[in-house]
Amino acid sequence: MTQSEHLEKKKLENPPAQIKFKIQRREKEGAPAKWETFAIEYRRNLNVISALMEIRKNPVTVDGKQTTPPVWDMSCLEQVCGICTMVIDGKVRQSCSALIDDLLLASHSDTITLAPMSKFPNVRDLKVDRSKMFDHLKQVKAWIELDGTYDLGSGPHISNDLAQDRYALSRCMTCGCCLEACPQYGDDHYIGPQAIAQARLFNMHPTGSTNIEDRLNGLLGDDGIGNCGNAQNCVQVCPMSLPLTKAIYQTNRDITVNAIFGWLKK
Amino acid sequence: MVTGLKIAIVGGGLAGLAAAMKIAEAGHDVDLISVVPVKRSHSVCAQGGINGAVNTKGEGDSPAKHLDDTVYGGDFLANQPPVKRMTDMAPEIIYLFDRMGVPFSRTKEGLMDFRRFGGTLHHRTAFSGASTGQQLLYALDEQVRKWEVAGKVTKYEGWEMLSLVLDDHQVCRGLVAMDLQTLELRSFAADAVIMATGGPGLIFGKSTNSMTCTGSATSACYQQGARYANGEFIQVHPTSIPGEDKLRLMSESARGEGGRVWVPKADGDTRAPRDIPENERWYFLEEKYPAYGNLVPRDIATREIFQTCLEGHGVAGQNQVYLDLTHIPAATLTERLGAILEIYEMFVGDDPRYVPMRIFPGVHYSMGGLWVDFEQRTNIPGLFAAGECDYSIHGANRLGANSLVSCVYGGFVAAPSAIEYSKNVERGRTETNGIHQAELSKQQALNDAIIHSTGGENQYKLHEELGKVMTDNVTVVRYNDRLQATDDKIRELQERFGKISINDSNLWATQAIPHARQFKNMLELARVITLGALNRNESRGAHYKPDFPDRDDENFLKTTIAEYAAEAPVLSYEPVDVSLVEPRKRDYSKGKK
Repeated sequence: MTQSEHLEKKKLENPPAQIKFKIQRREKEGAPAKWETFAIEYRRNLNVISALMEIRKNPVTVDGKQTTPPVWDMSCLEQVCGICTMVIDGKVRQSCSALIDDLLLASHSDTITLAPMSKFPNVRDLKVDRSKMFDHLKQVKAWIELDGTYDLGSGPHISNDLAQDRYALSRCMTCGCCLEACPQYGDDHYIGPQAIAQARLFNMHPTGSTNIEDRLNGLLGDDGIGNCGNAQNCVQVCPMSLPLTKAIYQTNRDITVNAIFGWLKK
Repeated sequence: MVTGLKIAIVGGGLAGLAAAMKIAEAGHDVDLISVVPVKRSHSVCAQGGINGAVNTKGEGDSPAKHLDDTVYGGDFLANQPPVKRMTDMAPEIIYLFDRMGVPFSRTKEGLMDFRRFGGTLHHRTAFSGASTGQQLLYALDEQVRKWEVAGKVTKYEGWEMLSLVLDDHQVCRGLVAMDLQTLELRSFAADAVIMATGGPGLIFGKSTNSMTCTGSATSACYQQGARYANGEFIQVHPTSIPGEDKLRLMSESARGEGGRVWVPKADGDTRAPRDIPENERWYFLEEKYPAYGNLVPRDIATREIFQTCLEGHGVAGQNQVYLDLTHIPAATLTERLGAILEIYEMFVGDDPRYVPMRIFPGVHYSMGGLWVDFEQRTNIPGLFAAGECDYSIHGANRLGANSLVSCVYGGFVAAPSAIEYSKNVERGRTETNGIHQAELSKQQALNDAIIHSTGGENQYKLHEELGKVMTDNVTVVRYNDRLQATDDKIRELQERFGKISINDSNLWATQAIPHARQFKNMLELARVITLGALNRNESRGAHYKPDFPDRDDENFLKTTIAEYAAEAPVLSYEPVDVSLVEPRKRDYSKGKK
């Protein structure tokens, strides 16, 4: 935000007395989904999580029906752990940083809609199981190979520019927004931007680059990088502003270069 | 070489992952139990950096100075030998993270850059933007994932530890944990167990901690006989952002990079901060502490801010002071503090590059925790502890950027210590003689009791009541009559807990049963914190009693030890090992000699 944008930022002026939450409910994986609507009193400075906490205390729908409390994941509440991701008014994002005033201002209504992400098994209500994202990290060997953790002195000299470029990729919190928004991700025929960016993160490191082939090999199969359709949705929804499309482009280039020179080496 | 020992680690933050990596590397097997996927552990929230006297700035820094700053900042309550071992190890810990590929900010020569933090006059804090904890955690997460692929580490993510499995001789033989999705209970047999479960901030309701920081598992250990030390020492961070759901941390690095704390000189001044000229601002920390200025240790900054607001000098007469970065170029701020400035802007709506932040102290860290010896062993054979859940390093007050290093240090010491123990422990037939089954039945009965309890009390409302009474009476300023009243209140809550009715009839992935169990354990630890404070009639570090305003080394240079008993925690004291740095009075208005 620039200074002038900042000074012009709109604030919600006439808030409703009550805010309604239309929440997608599911008893457990495989059970049918249904919708329930709850209402809470409006207060300043609410976010989606504090509203859900309020509903959890006394889960009664707007029709006066006693129901079960909605279940969702939450932990850091500072948009750095990634766990509380869900689809809010149709947009995938973290629920901790979804401020009620901003949502009402954007939708011009008094109702906020909450649904779980659709690309992952839906454990219950708003909770999903993202363990396959961690499997993707295994597939691309997203780590540096160390000789050992004993004292071997410092790492290599690295320019601050490279450090900052890597830092931008290293902030990925495995939240799943990019995979939810990607039209290609879903049926195990594309690994998605998350893991490609992490492969890139380690390929860029002087030590990590010594294992670049291992990492690229993880991306060559049918479930690798090949089916990126360049829709560029990922980079739009990433809450940490990772340069995901750039990482995909550079990784594709690495694969090409490696294929040519790898073949020459043989 | 002995290999194939089985060690269970509870908690997948920095301390737990550091231990897991070392144990796997030594050829042994790890069961890693964590309530959340380990990459989402609370260590991600650490912002400013990690301390180590690498001395790349030509300032003559050394591990000995880091030791002195740490024990002086901790008001001499920490046993000094483990602090020395940690400060000696700190540079090699930082170098190891550098080798793992952490994108530390660099100098023009390409070396790691270091910044200043509270309680020191040296540039000793390595940092990765302003999300250093996240970056260090990710590095260990990556290394442990490699060991997971190699089959040495088995993760149980989404499992919560409920209790230890102890044999007839009080030796720890494993633990019982609950699958948070199915509520299935399972016992994990292990040669040794390492606790690395972090702090208990949720006892205070709203804090800077993640929602996983309940202290529940450490409380379970305490209730089964583990000693809990210095519980009354709770760090209240000077700069947090008050919120409806939590208090968000505003890192000390904001002051490390030049941030200034001030209030308008005229009480109730309603002008926008940029319209208040320099000579009408009161930079109270700089005025009172010319040597350290805005970088006095946290306990001191917190009390000063608290007192300033209590006396009516807060911004607009409210509980808030300015933390001002607007004199620093926006581009510099973005590079060095971007992550935390985004957090402020995201939740408050103001951009700190142009508008001073409004902040107030918030509960942040527990210096107290499970008692451990200098090898991270608790008093229960086979049970070890590392990280915020152990009490060993920070004394009466923790210095900024010492938590990350103490977590990794704790894990690196606990791992070989647990291996050594496991090599020699007599195994017997602990897996077949019924102790695991007995503990499982006991824990299942506790779950069943909660499920069938009826009485109308609401568990979340009880938790709010606990948070309020603890925040009001057991944080920055403490009075004995209020501490006594707080303990009475906690006992009342314990009684009412027996009458809760859970409001979730669907037990699949329910939050109600885990929360009820956590809350029950929080109540026990809340008593340890409160009664430890009641009994300590002095002021030291984060523990401040206006009726006893001075540090009293003669009577209280000693560690509080709490042992569980059904009636009330039994408190005793043990001397502090001050063999390396002689205790002296803290004075941050002057530089140290």
